[in-house]
Amino acid sequence: MATSFSATLPLHGSQENRLLLPPIRLAPPPSSFLGSTRSLTIPSSRRLYHAHASRRSPVVGVQEVVKEKKVTNSLLITKEEGLVLYEDMILGRSFEDMCAQMYYRGKMFGFVHLYNGQEAVSTGFIKLLTQSDSVVSTYRDHVHALSKGVSARAVMSELFGKVTGCCRGQGGSMHMFSKEHNMLGGFAFIGEGIPVATGAAFTSKYKREVLKQDCDDVTVAFFGDGTCNNGQFYECLNMAALYKLPIIFVVENNLWAIGMSHLRSTSDPEIWKKGPAFGMPGVHVDGMDVLKVREVAKEAVTRARRGEGPTLVECETYRFRGHSLADPDELRDAAEKAKYAARDPITALKKYLVENKLANEGELKTIEKKIDELVEEAVEFADASPQPGRSQLLENVFADPKGFGIGPDGRYRCEDPKFTEGTAQV
Amino acid sequence: MWGILGRRAVDGGFSASSLRRMRSGLVSARSYAAGSKEMTVRDALNSAIDEEMSADPKVFVMGEEVGQYQGAYKISKGLLEKYGPERVYDTPITEAGFTGIGVGAAYAGLKPVVEFMTFNFSMQAIDHIINSAAKSNYMSAGQINVPIVFRGPNGAAAGVGAQHSQCYAAWYASVPGLKVLAPYSAEDARGLLKAAIRDPDPVVFLENELLYGESFPISEEALDSSFCLPIGKAKIEREGKDVTITTFSKMVGFALKAAEKLAEEGISAEVINLRSIRPLDRATINASVRKTSRLVTVEEGFPQHGVCAEICASVVEESFSYLDAPVERIAGADVPMPYAANLERLALPQVEDIVRAAKRACFRSK
Repeated sequence: MATSFSATLPLHGSQENRLLLPPIRLAPPPSSFLGSTRSLTIPSSRRLYHAHASRRSPVVGVQEVVKEKKVTNSLLITKEEGLVLYEDMILGRSFEDMCAQMYYRGKMFGFVHLYNGQEAVSTGFIKLLTQSDSVVSTYRDHVHALSKGVSARAVMSELFGKVTGCCRGQGGSMHMFSKEHNMLGGFAFIGEGIPVATGAAFTSKYKREVLKQDCDDVTVAFFGDGTCNNGQFYECLNMAALYKLPIIFVVENNLWAIGMSHLRSTSDPEIWKKGPAFGMPGVHVDGMDVLKVREVAKEAVTRARRGEGPTLVECETYRFRGHSLADPDELRDAAEKAKYAARDPITALKKYLVENKLANEGELKTIEKKIDELVEEAVEFADASPQPGRSQLLENVFADPKGFGIGPDGRYRCEDPKFTEGTAQV
Repeated sequence: MWGILGRRAVDGGFSASSLRRMRSGLVSARSYAAGSKEMTVRDALNSAIDEEMSADPKVFVMGEEVGQYQGAYKISKGLLEKYGPERVYDTPITEAGFTGIGVGAAYAGLKPVVEFMTFNFSMQAIDHIINSAAKSNYMSAGQINVPIVFRGPNGAAAGVGAQHSQCYAAWYASVPGLKVLAPYSAEDARGLLKAAIRDPDPVVFLENELLYGESFPISEEALDSSFCLPIGKAKIEREGKDVTITTFSKMVGFALKAAEKLAEEGISAEVINLRSIRPLDRATINASVRKTSRLVTVEEGFPQHGVCAEICASVVEESFSYLDAPVERIAGADVPMPYAANLERLALPQVEDIVRAAKRACFRSK
């Protein structure tokens, strides 16, 4: 089941990804209880685990395959692709920053979970999908919705609770649904989206095999490291591999579940290893590097489209802000935050584009300005939009208006005038 | 509208005695109507799923032991052979997982029929039934509807102990966004299940294991492949004028027996088979109570916050001035189901309890 993922040219230079490591302080083995967070040096200990893992496991993580290569002439992306990726990541970042501002001004309320720092994962995967492919996410779903194509105006209005939002203000921050763009939510319970995504992938296979339609849609399920200890995750890994469903399970491992460190809560912290246990490839990728993520994503999506089944991709990433806007974020080490801030995916892509002469600073600045204006316009639009009307409270509980079901003639029973008179044939 | 059974009840001719004969397994009432057939609830459910699967290729069945084992209670017998393994899925024992997969498939346009071996196991998947299925149409403002059916046996069986005997009608019926149906007879089972499968919303279909083997007469109309019953309409199984007895599922049979006993004592009881717990047919219940002025409501589940509590509240709110006696509520005992046969009998409503309650309601005032 192991798949070798192609070697990629690292964005961050070689020191983060080399297999041969300088001697490092030995971190405690994964099974011992790790108490205070200050004693953890997460990046180096993870490298150690990977070094050990690579010698034992048959599945090859991308890091192992990356060797120091001479810079070749073949670049990973064209200029157009590069600009699309850059724009998408800038959109994600600006939007989330604006959300924080709006929250503190009282325009947004409730639970808001921001995606700053993780943009490479969303952009890397979703920009490879078509409109009919599906994305299922968690409560940290604003940027997934934006990458999938939902307009910034619609998402911002939804966050403000206005009727012009993508769910008319009924869903909120954690429940972004868009049928048009096949964004299937937005779920508040962690792990809840994984079976739903598996079901959407199931439908894709069913359409092909039973309904004989031409369907090669894939589904991408995004979830975090905390979810990987939840039963539903394992149930779905099993069934997805069993039924060979076209799904990609993407773990956005940002090392923290609110205040619970991944290493404190997981017996074996290397999530990618759990894939082969169920019979699917498990890949680990540097989630702060959009190009690496994109390469892994390409392979995983192609596999799924060809009918070869699911893939588990663990993206090592980091959220620059707290779990939500209400989280004081006191447990995370400042040094750790600084380390990941230095690996900001947007800065890295910018550097790559400029160094490889794919774009100049001016073009990138133009994009940034355009996105700033877009986000501001989205805020103005949301501000100006009306709140939902009172009658909207009771709407849409059922798809069939009064709930009496469908009659033998295939129409809603409650629309048949004879039904209300009590004389309709049942 | 009610089929042959109902019409006969109105005439006062057929129902009581013939039902009693059928229930005791003696000669069935074929003599009164030439060509009236009988069907067990099990066959009714099987034929309903079969017909809906052949009519719409998007319908598929998923659950534990539904395929090769022919169904844990043989409800899905023959479906695997007929439709193949792409449409009848034997799942691993992963309620949360396969229920979620069913919901996801419904999001994407298919029509799953998810079987729970008993509804007790649905507690492992209740997050998906309520959070991903029931609430989705509302949360997405109508963009994503979930045409899924969750079915399986509900309530007490015989001697299966506390963890296999709970009635979930009240739990699911309290959630907006779900439709909850509870059939009694074969006609109910066929009509309601077909309506549920065609319905664009999530439906929780509560069957009863002890009713699976019971035979009921079934009309030609009900055997037609486009027959379905309206969701949200109760059925008056027996008309009466002294006291209204409302109930659902297996208790309908008990209520009908109680009604006969009461008839012998001169009390004419009206028995309403709710059929649909959500939406609850408050109109029919209240109209009946306004006619009889007395209410006895019966269910098998736990008393606190039960279906009966909702019916009593509804009647007190809407028909208070018509009531001649306090509303009576008969429910299962407020204990987890015991195993011993005599204790189990004590923990569930029996015909005598219903008769006693009806008499209490009738003698409180002249």
